[in-house]
Amino acid sequence: MSALLEVEGLTAGYGAAPVLHDVSLTVQPGEIVAVLGANGAGKSTLLRALSGLLPIQKGRISLEDRDLTKIKVEHLVRHGIAHVPEGRGVVTELTVEENLRLGGLWRKPQPSLEPIYELFPRLAERRTNEGHQLSGGERQMLAIGRALAAQPRLLLLDEPSLGLAPKVTAQIMALLRDLRDRTGLAVLLVEQNVRSALSVADQGIVLSLGRIVTRHDAATLVDDAELRHAYLGF
Amino acid sequence: MDRFLFLTFDGLSRGAVYAAFALALVLIWRAARIVNFAQGAMAVATAYVAYSVADATGSYWIGFLVAVVAGLLLGAGVERVVMRFVDHSSPLNGVVVALGLVLIIQGVLGMIYGNEFRPAAAPFSRDAFEIGGVALLSRYDLFVFGAVGAVVVLLTLLFTRTPTGLRMRAAAFAPDVSRLLGVPVGGMLTLGWALAAAVGSLAGMLVIPTELGLHPTAMDIVFISAFTAAVLGGLDSPIGAVLGGLIVGLLLSYISGYLGATVAPMAVLALLVVVLLSRPDGLFARSKARTA
Repeated sequence: MSALLEVEGLTAGYGAAPVLHDVSLTVQPGEIVAVLGANGAGKSTLLRALSGLLPIQKGRISLEDRDLTKIKVEHLVRHGIAHVPEGRGVVTELTVEENLRLGGLWRKPQPSLEPIYELFPRLAERRTNEGHQLSGGERQMLAIGRALAAQPRLLLLDEPSLGLAPKVTAQIMALLRDLRDRTGLAVLLVEQNVRSALSVADQGIVLSLGRIVTRHDAATLVDDAELRHAYLGF
Repeated sequence: MDRFLFLTFDGLSRGAVYAAFALALVLIWRAARIVNFAQGAMAVATAYVAYSVADATGSYWIGFLVAVVAGLLLGAGVERVVMRFVDHSSPLNGVVVALGLVLIIQGVLGMIYGNEFRPAAAPFSRDAFEIGGVALLSRYDLFVFGAVGAVVVLLTLLFTRTPTGLRMRAAAFAPDVSRLLGVPVGGMLTLGWALAAAVGSLAGMLVIPTELGLHPTAMDIVFISAFTAAVLGGLDSPIGAVLGGLIVGLLLSYISGYLGATVAPMAVLALLVVVLLSRPDGLFARSKARTA
């Protein structure tokens, strides 16, 4: 099976000093890959570089053998990549419904939002509320729902557990697993919360100071005490 | 009492024009966080073009249409060629560039058309007809209300009912997130400027025949009134701009009616100062929803 996302030798960052050094990884269709590491390891930078929000200095990004290295941010979603940025990126001045419509706007005809409301009944209840009226968990649901409205093949998810209660985090992780199983959605999941990320991930990649220091099956990372101590600190 | 009624209708008619012009300022403010101080000069430039076309073709309405289209093009051009390259880290930069544009546009208009007032014909009679024995409204006033009303309705529909309107709002509120969702943010900004300038041109076409006529600085006082209206409405709010426009129009009409026309320009400035000192967020400011 050929990889969905393939990243080779990616070096990227802000200005002259790169944050990421020579990062290579692959994501298979229907695979959840967790990107782990301490604060400042370059996890969010990796996602931002992948979606074109940051200039890439070296390396190559391809999606099903199509070169996306120099893609414009606004064309990303047409290739089937949806990026949920850190801090969720709900447009707080727009209503829940408008945020969701925005996700599917580039598709013609525009997709129905009913499947999203079925996935997140809470959002259906809050359809006409504006983004700033939502709780943290609801905003995270909205951001993920909006990304799904674009019907992506690959979801780039940045810190979905940030500021959420453990119960809500668990719900979101369960949802990712369910989506992967039902629709074959692939996810590149950036997380500080190692345990919950590895609870759904197939693969785990550990970044440190912008370099990949180890990669393993999620199960191996969880079970191997030595690996855990060395790279994940628990 | 008749005088009061007359002044009220006169004020509403002026206020409708201020409302449209304030709406143009609000459109750009929402899209780009710039107060477009060149709006008046841009509107005058398109009005000159419109009256040239109207003279050449003999049809006011072709000229009117040309003014709106020229506004669209001029707005898009100003954004693409000038404003896009202004460093927006300090709000002052955009203001200075806009003021520079005013000088350039007024200078060029003076070179081409001369710095004297030229008559600008109105398409309808400005003589008021009588309602119940009192002369209140002219056909031209009705035309002004109709045109401004149509602009308000069309803009409302555009922003609330169409995908493009949703894209424009999202691009203005959250440009990075909108890009990730496939919204061409740069294009939406250009469209915002184009629409705003077209609305400004339309307002210019409506107000110029009611004042002294065409002159490179013909819109300067109108700009100040409309800016006051926009600030009164909170700069961010289209409804605020419309209400602000009507309030400013009424106030000016009463002041020039009861105190004398020469007081009116000073009264606008005084009102602007009072609003900025007492309610800098405008009368209709909503609580700050956005913190990030």
